[in-house]
Amino acid sequence: MTLLRKPWAWAWIAAVAVYAVTIAATAGASAAGLAQAAFTFAAFSVIVGLGQMFVITLGPGNVDLSIPATMTLAGTVALKFMDGADDRAVAGLAVALGIGAGVGLLNYALIKALRIPPIIATLALSFIVQSTAIWTNRGIRIKPPESLAAFSTGNLWGIPNLAIVAGLLTLAAWVLLERSAWGRRVTAIGQSPAAARRAGIAVDGVRLSTYVLCATLAGLCGFLLSCFSGGAALNMGAEYLLISIAVVVIGGSSVAGGNSNVPGIWGAALFLFLVVSMLNTYGFGAGPRMILTGIIIIAVILAASLRGRGAEGG
Amino acid sequence: MSDAPALLSVSDARLRFGEVTALDGVSLALRPGECLGLVGHNGAGKSTLVNVLNGGLALHAGSVAAGGRAGRWDVAAARAMGLRCVFQELSLCPNLTVAENARILHRGHFGLRWRAEARRLARAALDAVFPGHGIDVRAQVASLALAQRQMVEIALAFAEAGTPARLVILDEPTSSLDAGIAGQLLAHVRRFVAAGGTVVLISHILSEVLATATRIVVMKDGKVVADRPAAAFTQAGLVAAMGSTARERQRPDRAAAAAAPEPLAVHASPRGLPVRVAPGEVVGLTGLAGHGQTELLRALHERLAPAWAAGRDPKVAYVAGDRRFDGILPLWSIRRNLTISALAALTRRGLVDGRAEAAAAEAWRTRIGIRSPDLGLPILSLSGGNQQKVLFARALLAAAPLVLMDDPMRGVDVGTKQEVYGIIRAEAAAGRAFVWYSTEIEEMELCDRVYVFREGAAVAELEGEEITEAAILAASFAGHAAEALA
Repeated sequence: MTLLRKPWAWAWIAAVAVYAVTIAATAGASAAGLAQAAFTFAAFSVIVGLGQMFVITLGPGNVDLSIPATMTLAGTVALKFMDGADDRAVAGLAVALGIGAGVGLLNYALIKALRIPPIIATLALSFIVQSTAIWTNRGIRIKPPESLAAFSTGNLWGIPNLAIVAGLLTLAAWVLLERSAWGRRVTAIGQSPAAARRAGIAVDGVRLSTYVLCATLAGLCGFLLSCFSGGAALNMGAEYLLISIAVVVIGGSSVAGGNSNVPGIWGAALFLFLVVSMLNTYGFGAGPRMILTGIIIIAVILAASLRGRGAEGG
Repeated sequence: MSDAPALLSVSDARLRFGEVTALDGVSLALRPGECLGLVGHNGAGKSTLVNVLNGGLALHAGSVAAGGRAGRWDVAAARAMGLRCVFQELSLCPNLTVAENARILHRGHFGLRWRAEARRLARAALDAVFPGHGIDVRAQVASLALAQRQMVEIALAFAEAGTPARLVILDEPTSSLDAGIAGQLLAHVRRFVAAGGTVVLISHILSEVLATATRIVVMKDGKVVADRPAAAFTQAGLVAAMGSTARERQRPDRAAAAAAPEPLAVHASPRGLPVRVAPGEVVGLTGLAGHGQTELLRALHERLAPAWAAGRDPKVAYVAGDRRFDGILPLWSIRRNLTISALAALTRRGLVDGRAEAAAAEAWRTRIGIRSPDLGLPILSLSGGNQQKVLFARALLAAAPLVLMDDPMRGVDVGTKQEVYGIIRAEAAAGRAFVWYSTEIEEMELCDRVYVFREGAAVAELEGEEITEAAILAASFAGHAAEALA
């Protein structure tokens, strides 16, 4: 039963249960297709969720609300820069990552220099970033290079390429959080910034790098999403504001910081996609679907917090 | 020791936390008009017993009886019979003012002008125990110094709060107070007991217990090993009953310090003397509590510990005194708490070397005697004194040439103190420098040099044989005039 005591177990149980209920409705006909779609769309949630997880780990008040705007700006600028040319694919990726890193730097500059709480600083900056995206884009939809479009919609032995990318990033994030000195320091700051400081941790350096990492992942996600959907749209990041936080919380990481886990993010991302698919399959209208989605999310978080109070890593 | 009925009694109390036996068959009766001194090593079960008495912990076996009747015993019942607790860990709400905290603790009804009423109550409570305290009851608790917070907590415990206080439990009440304030408290305890009240006094300062308690109970490994009137004990007898032998106080070898003239760090202040520390030196900071010693340590640490990019070799390590605020990392295991400051040295290519980490932690567990069956257990499973040992080990494991200590012996027992003094002297002999703030004057006599603080600045510097209790007290109270006296 030790598996059930893991904080991330409930997100996975919920995802599997919802998947089973959904394919039961179609007598198993859509099993492979649904799984593929779930892994593709979950990949986007996972990429932004990983960054948000590190930020939330930093402790109360730490959250990055600029993720949607960063995704949009990175996607539009990178696509404009590549202008459909295949030989500019790698440079385009670099542009998207650079925009992300820049937004992260600015986020922490606002937090530190102006002493604005992160929730306000990142929200304020996101207006500027979003406006910049509108200004550069001007409503023109530029198609991604052929090679990138093919890559982002393709798969390897049935596994979507995007899921593989997200999977590799997940592995890296797990190593960072659980095995690296940097992850240890992020977790220490989340428990008590004052104690972390007295323990000799370079608190500002660690927090800065966390915000930069989060925004860089948002830039990457925006890049991949605009390649996947055949062009950047100005509202393409909107739903990822809530999702990036929801996957962290449903995945069993503590909202109060200092205690996070990586596997839960995948479980939660799959679950969030599958819940909507399930309700669609059973023919619910938009209104009841949203209410039921909310109720199911609350139920999973409750189950995890009531039953999953377990041991932490030593 | 009359036949008066017990106010509160426990019989054959047994309690375990996982693999740790905290109470192993404790029986104890508290009578009106007595001050019970409770002493023992860290982890002997004193704080656990207190939490049983105040209804915070339920026993696995045994019973608690109030006024001779056994019944349901919980926090509400304890509160209703007039039991008050002052914890080793401060338990005021830091975001509220002193007066608002008084209001929260009070059961009575307040009218619309409750703020004025609460201010009056808080002021009266402080005046009763600590005349001339100088604390503004409108101040937010977070803005008070540690010693002032402790004073507020103590004063509110003795105050009338709907029900009168009949049994007050003081867990290490004087550990962050200076000698003068501690004296005021102990005098109040004697008055309270003479008027028929009951006090349980837990302290590692044995002279205090001997002078104040009417009866002393010694605990060891979750059992009561001695229970006699205070007059039947001597200091040496108490230490022997606790199971450790008192060692002769040793004057440090000062030759080593004199040979190292180049200062490692200097803290100059616009007022007062500059504070210097050289390699191999143990420098003490003393004076009345809250006169700028902690601020100096913080300022030194802020300057020497990089905020943006920490190098591989830390320049400075810090032992926190207010361990719940800037010491322990509460969600972590003992091991992770112990190794966090030395992480850079235990890291290969960015990844923590688990085997090296475990070995380093294990070595310090043995050296400093952390009482726990497994370093993987949560840090909060340890008693307060053992948590403090972990913080010591954390600072010493980091290979920093300078160690700053902010009243680090709060709640540490006599035996452990002696061991830690030995470790500090050994590390100093090997070239490390220590800056040590302590509220206990005896500890200053272990230092090579001592700065006496008053009103935010160092006003006197004592060296070697000049370091005596009389000289320190004179300088703390009289400032510059004291130099002539000393």
